[in-house]
Amino acid sequence: MKDNPFSLWVYLSQSPLLWLTVTLLVYAATDAVSLATRRHPLANPVLHAMWIIGAFLLLTGTSYTTYFAGAQFVHFLLGPATVALAVPLYENRRRVVSSIVPMLVALVAGSVTAVVSVVLLAELAGLPRDVVLSLAPKSVTAGVAMGIAESLHADPSLAAVAVILTGIMGAIIVTPLMNRTGVTDYRARGFAAGLAAHGIGTARAFQVDEIAGVFSGIAMSLNALVTSFLVPLAVTLLVR
Amino acid sequence: MAAIDKHAGASLDATVMLASLGLILLCQLIGEAVVRGLGLPLPGPVLGLLLLLILLLARDRFALLARGPLRNDSIETASKGLLAHLSLLFVPAGVGVVQELDLLASHGIAIILVLALSVVVTLLATVLTFRLVSRLLKQQDAR
Repeated sequence: MKDNPFSLWVYLSQSPLLWLTVTLLVYAATDAVSLATRRHPLANPVLHAMWIIGAFLLLTGTSYTTYFAGAQFVHFLLGPATVALAVPLYENRRRVVSSIVPMLVALVAGSVTAVVSVVLLAELAGLPRDVVLSLAPKSVTAGVAMGIAESLHADPSLAAVAVILTGIMGAIIVTPLMNRTGVTDYRARGFAAGLAAHGIGTARAFQVDEIAGVFSGIAMSLNALVTSFLVPLAVTLLVR
Repeated sequence: MAAIDKHAGASLDATVMLASLGLILLCQLIGEAVVRGLGLPLPGPVLGLLLLLILLLARDRFALLARGPLRNDSIETASKGLLAHLSLLFVPAGVGVVQELDLLASHGIAIILVLALSVVVTLLATVLTFRLVSRLLKQQDAR
């Protein structure tokens, strides 16, 4: 045992400890780069942590299941973090209540656009039916999207990937896009980020502005609700 | 004596911090239980968020509730700690992309283009609607 370094690797690569450590350290590094570039959109820490860890898994021939046994401790915190959004919401309750009407109208417009645009574009691109169904809930947070995909007999793991890709692209594009539209209202900008790009958009919004983060968190929670109803309806109406 | 007091204060803070995390988990737990029990079509943590919000609002009204984690910004500090690295929490699910490499090899470009276009359209529709409605409301108020 002692003179075989390979057996040590066999042991470690199967233990949750290694993969939890890798997840935290790689993210700490990509986040440090993001900070060093003063939160440049292209230095998105999730994007870079994802491909670095993914490449590491492929190179070492580690299965995603083995990786997830360690990484699940981080993944688990998504739920409590959603609950924790109550605090910034509470602290900014006056601003939120005073913007309730534009928020609700934008919620309906945004949710419908998110679902209808992705279904129509995917059909136009000639993607197979089960792929179209898995992409439909891509604007809501991973857990909810996977549940929706399951109820449609689509592929939940593809739905999760579509969610993360959407979140990353949304987080990268939101700041330059909003600057180009000339909208300076951080309530509106944050709300759009959370609606279109869920938690990753919300994380981005908090980096830019606290108010944007609060509105992003609200949009993300409300959209999870609306999209759960909307996707089954849109799929019956739009998918061949 | 002062040193002992300080020490007791620190361990009390730590206990309150644990209680704050426990309260966040409890809100999620109740949320999940209610959603499952009643078959509601919304995620459990979202209901948990509503519960914690109601608790915070109730605390301002009823002094009786302002104790333990609901006092001295304890729950606020714990929540902000969780939210400080919200991006990190998406990494494990994101790495799941390694399971879909075959599909991405065959349809990857189409999927990425579809998602990119859709997210741009969604961002624009949402932000422009928000601005339009809030401007209309402002005009109405001005009149």
